[in-house]
Order: sequence, then structure tokens, then C-alpha cells
Amino acid sequence: MALAHLTSSSSRSNLLKPIFAALSSTPSLRRPISSAAAGDSSTLTIETSVPFTAHQCEAPSRLVDTTPEELLTFFRNMATMRRMEIAADSLYKAKLIRGFCHLYDGQEAVAVGMEAAITKKDSIITAYRDHCTYLARGGTLLEVFSELMGRQAGCSRGKGGSMHFYKKEAGFYGGHGIVGAQVPLGCGLAFAQKYSKDGTVAFALYGDGAANQGQLFEALNIAALWDLPAILVCENNHYGMGTAEWRAAKSPAYYKRGDYAPGLKVDGMDVLAVKQACKFAKEHALKNGPIILEMDTYRYHGHSMSDPGSTYRTRDEISGVRQERDPVERVRKLVLSHDLATEKELKDMEKEIRKKVDEAIAQAKESPMPDPSELFTNVYVKGFGVEAFGPDRKEVRALLL
Amino acid sequence: MAAVFQGLGAATALSVSNSLDSRKFLVSSRKSLSERKASFLVVRSDGRVVPRSNARGRRAEQLITNAVATKPDSSAASTTSKPGHELLLFEALREGLEEEMDRDPHVCVMGEDVGHYGGSYKVTKGLADKYGDLRVLDTPIAENSFTGMGIGAAMTGLRPIIEGMNMGFLLLAFNQISNNCGMLHYTSGGQFKIPVVIRGPGGVGRQLGAEHSQRLESYFQSIPGIQMVACSTPYNAKGLMKAAIRSENPVILFEHVLLYNLKERIPDEEYICSLEEAEMVRPGEHVTILTYSRMRYHVMQAAKTLVNKGYDPEVIDIRSLKPFDLYTIGNSVKKTHRVLIVEECMRTGGIGASLTAAITENFHDYLDAPIVCLSSQDVPTPYAGTLEEWTVVQPAQIVTAVEKLCQ
Repeated sequence: MALAHLTSSSSRSNLLKPIFAALSSTPSLRRPISSAAAGDSSTLTIETSVPFTAHQCEAPSRLVDTTPEELLTFFRNMATMRRMEIAADSLYKAKLIRGFCHLYDGQEAVAVGMEAAITKKDSIITAYRDHCTYLARGGTLLEVFSELMGRQAGCSRGKGGSMHFYKKEAGFYGGHGIVGAQVPLGCGLAFAQKYSKDGTVAFALYGDGAANQGQLFEALNIAALWDLPAILVCENNHYGMGTAEWRAAKSPAYYKRGDYAPGLKVDGMDVLAVKQACKFAKEHALKNGPIILEMDTYRYHGHSMSDPGSTYRTRDEISGVRQERDPVERVRKLVLSHDLATEKELKDMEKEIRKKVDEAIAQAKESPMPDPSELFTNVYVKGFGVEAFGPDRKEVRALLL
Repeated sequence: MAAVFQGLGAATALSVSNSLDSRKFLVSSRKSLSERKASFLVVRSDGRVVPRSNARGRRAEQLITNAVATKPDSSAASTTSKPGHELLLFEALREGLEEEMDRDPHVCVMGEDVGHYGGSYKVTKGLADKYGDLRVLDTPIAENSFTGMGIGAAMTGLRPIIEGMNMGFLLLAFNQISNNCGMLHYTSGGQFKIPVVIRGPGGVGRQLGAEHSQRLESYFQSIPGIQMVACSTPYNAKGLMKAAIRSENPVILFEHVLLYNLKERIPDEEYICSLEEAEMVRPGEHVTILTYSRMRYHVMQAAKTLVNKGYDPEVIDIRSLKPFDLYTIGNSVKKTHRVLIVEECMRTGGIGASLTAAITENFHDYLDAPIVCLSSQDVPTPYAGTLEEWTVVQPAQIVTAVEKLCQ
């Protein structure tokens, strides 16, 4: 049983300088934490650790409103994502996942923070590091693992793979393998949103490597001309595969590279900062057109599973970031410092998450591979009644209907 | 081993258009077919009137920039008493576009200079005034991104028509067309449909230079998930445009720079041409000539000479470049046993090359002679008029080829 403290200078908060908390609940309330914090929607105002840097716009406030319930959800979601990516790592090494597998661990705050600021009617489109974004948009672990292993229960029925996760009803548009090509698509989503006048926005995510693609600037130009509610989010993890950002971009201030488009630089390891920035960006884009958000984040794994991740950066750097800026740890400290849960409860949560992930993997392993006739389905929407032959031309495989 | 391919043909047309009376469709197609045939014969028997193809070079002194199909025997009847209305091909495209934009508010057009300027070939003239800037969108010169934007918009349910000012410019958008347009329906497991239409003029024009005279239908033919059609007359231009817009699949509609000013009488009623069907231009017995787009007119010109020489060619405008209408083509091959393909695409890896392979694989037993494929030369289109003429297939070459084939 823990108390909810009011004071800003409690002994616990020196871990989190200069963070302070102002609780609206009175100090005399004593409620058991598991039911309290979980259902507690009293407002907590927390200051982000790093201020926002703005380009051509006014930065939003550093004070972010959140609730204990939300913080616990953040922790749970990010821990699930972390666990999922580590499990995918092991599955890849066990050769159950083949091809390319780009892992998102370290960057979870971006996916979770963004989701907290928007609705499912807003659209998100990203590149190939999409497992966690898919999960944040409402995907299930089973769908993720099945798709990674190429099984029928996958979100794309096993035909997409790691780089092609989509969830239409939740506004998640993928999942794209070609670097930068998703940004014009994202501006197209914004165009459709403007066309149907439904007051939603489109987030087009790309990396620091993709930020040098011409089509990005082309799309930004058109979005700015037509006043589209497009938000371009650069997930700057400082490495484009093996090339550090200072070696690839003459101007690594990605939030400024929109020139005429306003930009905001955000600490991408701080889920509350991400939430605040996305909320600000959504309001801004609906009124004034496109805006660029640069999320300063980091990936622990290499670019993909075939990249050890240590040839172009030192292990000290990786462990340094893990020590100081890890997004999950940050939320854990927040939760503990505000007495929203005990250490043990969080550990139990993590154990439960691990169990869920393992169950999902087991279930996904049981899902069958796609039927051979699936080779020819979904090539066209309405077929033309032509018989399609298998590769040896002797046997009819499917009628394209 | 000849396989029978069941082209859905009319059935597909039915499923494509809900508001269309199928009988009306068939009747009107037959009527206009005979009209066109008659008008061709009349024009050619005159001997001095320029054929519709605006041929350069040999007939330079008799060139009429607007090829007009007039019937001498229509002098008795005035044009108003005939059913349908006359218009030029680009007007037919515009009519189809306008009707679809009226019918479905999700249809929008994007491209360079399509709005205020009215379109570089006037296909979208007047539409911006009627529908506003949000439905007829002038884009900057950024093919890669506006094609991508059209595809992104289509993922949510809009139906954009992306105009490439020249098909050669679409090479800049090839990544978007191949990877996103063609593949998204498949890689998302059927979640997303991409009902875009990518259209624009291509082909060899009148001394436009190499980069503006590209014949690149074949570059797109391997992309899984897209359909390609080529229009050749005002009738099928309007029909194919409407069908392409209504189709749930991405369709690339190839127009030809030199065919925009063709005049023809088309029905007043609404009609749609099937996207997967070939058009029988002239039934015959001796040889099957497969062609599309502008080469159709060279073939028809050659056909007149051939008829005078006693041959009876069957001319089929294949229209659908992907997939091939192997049903119509197959039936024709079974009848005539000789095939000549006349196309404007490149010799190497062109549409004709694929068609040759497809026919040989499926109808080998029915062929009495090897398939002859006349394509344009594997060269960048030269600027000089005489050289440009020899880049594409000329009617004289077609006549020679048929004579050799029928020996």
C-alpha cells in the first residue's frame, strides 16, 4: 500500500530532477495502488526533461498533462513492445523469421507517445521498422508474430512480411520497404483527409536516412501548397543503416530542413514529450498545413538483424544511451516516483507481458503456412476470369476471379 | 496443349458498369464498328483523302491536321439526324472523365497543368472551373511524389486520375507505380485497394525528340497488380476511360500524341468498354493482324491495299495490353492460322514480344507459320522527319509482311 504524495521535493524525486509533480488528489487518501493507479484519471503534470526546439513556430509547453492510468498504460505498452522485439530477435536467430527484420527497441516512446495524442481515425504511415507502430495502432501480438513467420494468421496473411504490416481499420497504412517512398503516400493520405473534410491528420514517419530523399521535399512542397494536414515525423536515430547522420546530411537539423514548413525537435526517448509534440502538431496541421517533427531517438539493435550494430558505433555509446535515456526505464522511474505502483508490481507486469509474448509466439507457430492458391489471390481486386498456371504450366493453380 | 482462356468479355463489362444496359452496349458497339468500317472504306476509295493517322512524310502535301472522317453518302442526310454526336478523341476522353466525376465525388484529377491551363492536350479543359481546385489539382513538376500522393489517397478510398504530361515522365514515378501501386493490394493481404488511373500520351509524335517520343508500355507490363489499356478511337477512349475509373485495380491508360484530334461519332448513351477485351476491327480469313493504338491506322491503311490485292486480313485492336485478351486472339488464330503483330513498342522486350510468346505457348498447334512481329526499332526516336518515319512501322512494311506470311 502506498501513498500519493503531494510535495514536489520528496526524497524520490531527486532521481528525476528537474521533474516535479503536482497531484490534484489530497494526501490523506489512501487507496490500494493496483486499483487506484490503474483507474486513476487524476491529472499529473510532468515536465519534459529536454525543452522543445522550434523552427518557424511557437514551441509547446514543457509541462505535459497525464494521468496515472496513462502512465501505467505507457509502461505496459512499451514493455510489451520491448519484449516483442527481443523475442523477434531470438526467432530470427532461430531462423523462424527470414529475410529482413528491422527492430524498434529503443524507439518505443515514439510509437506510444504518438498514439496517445491521436485517434484511430488519424492515419499513420511509416517505413519498414513498423512492428511496434502496428502494435500501437491496435494490432495483436499473434498477428505480428504470424506475419513475421509468414503464416496465415498474420496481418497481411503471410504475404507481406516484416516490412509490410497494415491495418486499414485502425488507420495504419504500413509498412514500406523503399526508403522515403512512404512520405508521398502519407501526403496523399493527408490529401484524402482534406478532401473528405473529416478533421483528421496523417503522420508520415521516416528516418534520418530517408530525410535526404528528394521525393520528401517534393511531397512537402505540394502539401504546403495545398495546405494538407500532413505531419512529417523524422525518427532520427542518428544512423542510416551504417552511416552516421553527420556523414549523410549536410544539415542534420532535420526539423529545420522543411525551410518554409515549421518544425519541432523533440526528445524521442521521452514518451510524454512525444505525446505533447504530436498533440501540438495535430492542432497545428489542421490549421496551418504541414509541420515537421524531429524525434531524437535511438535504436539499440543494428539497422536490421544482419547488422551487428557495432561496426559504426561503440558499445559504450549504446550502453550509455541505455543507461541514461531508455524510454521504458524513464517511465518506470516516473511511475515509481509518483508511487503509482511498486517495483514488484511492475516486475509482475513485465513477467505477465513476457508470458503473453511467449503464448503469442507459440500460437503463431501453430498457424499454418498460406495455401499455395494464395499465391494468386489479391493480385487484382476483381479478376478477369483468366486461368493462372503454376510455374510448370501443366497444372492450373487458380482461377483469377 | 492449347489452353482455352475464358475471357469474361461482356460479362466483365456488365460487372464493371451497373447502370449500363448490356444489350445497349453490344448494339452500340456493333453500330459504331460498322460505321467506322464504312467510313474507312469510303475514305480510302477516294484515294486522295488523307487517312486518319495523319501520316507524315509521303503525304505531306495533302496533310490535314484534323483528320475528319466524313462519309460522302452523308451529304443527303444532315449530321443532326444521325444518332450520337461527333467529337475529337481528346474531347471523348474529357467527356468520359466528366461523366465519371459527376457520378462519383471521389474521383479527382491530378497532374501538371491539368487545372487552370486546361491540360497540355486539352483533355481536362474546363474541368477546374466546374469542379474546383480540390478535384482538379495542378501539381508542381514532381512526378514521383504526386504519383505517390495519388496512390496514398487511393488507399483511403479516393479515386485519383494521375496524368503524366508525357508517359516518358512516368519513369520518374516508376518506383511508386511498381512498388506501391502494383503491390499494395497483395502485400496488405487485400486490405487496400488502389483504384487509380494513370494516363497520359505516349508514342512517337511529330519530331518531338527522343525523350518525348518514348514507347514504354512494355516497361510497365511486368508489374504485377496493374492493368494496362491503350485507346485508339474516340469511342474506345471514352469507354476505356470510364471503365478504368470505375475499376478497383490500378489501370494505366496509354493514349497517343497523334491520335488526339481524331474525329468520330459516338453514341449519346452512356457506355463502357471492357478493360480486358480486344476489339475486332475488321473480320477476315487469311491472316490475323494484332495491333493497338496508332498502329491500328497504319494497319487499316495497309489493309485497304491488301484487300485490293486479294487478301482478307482480320484486324484486331488488342486494346488490353495487360492482360492480353487471349480468348479473342485465340479464336482468331484458330480461324486464320497466321499471325502478324504490328506495334509501336520497342522490338526488344516490347508488348509484341510478350504477345508472341503468349500466342506461341498457347496456340502453337494452330499456327501454320511463325508469328511475325513488326515493332518500332530499338533506337531512341530521332529528330529528323525521315528517320523518325522509319523508326515506326509503315503500311508498306505491313503489306510486305502479310504477303510473305501468306505465301
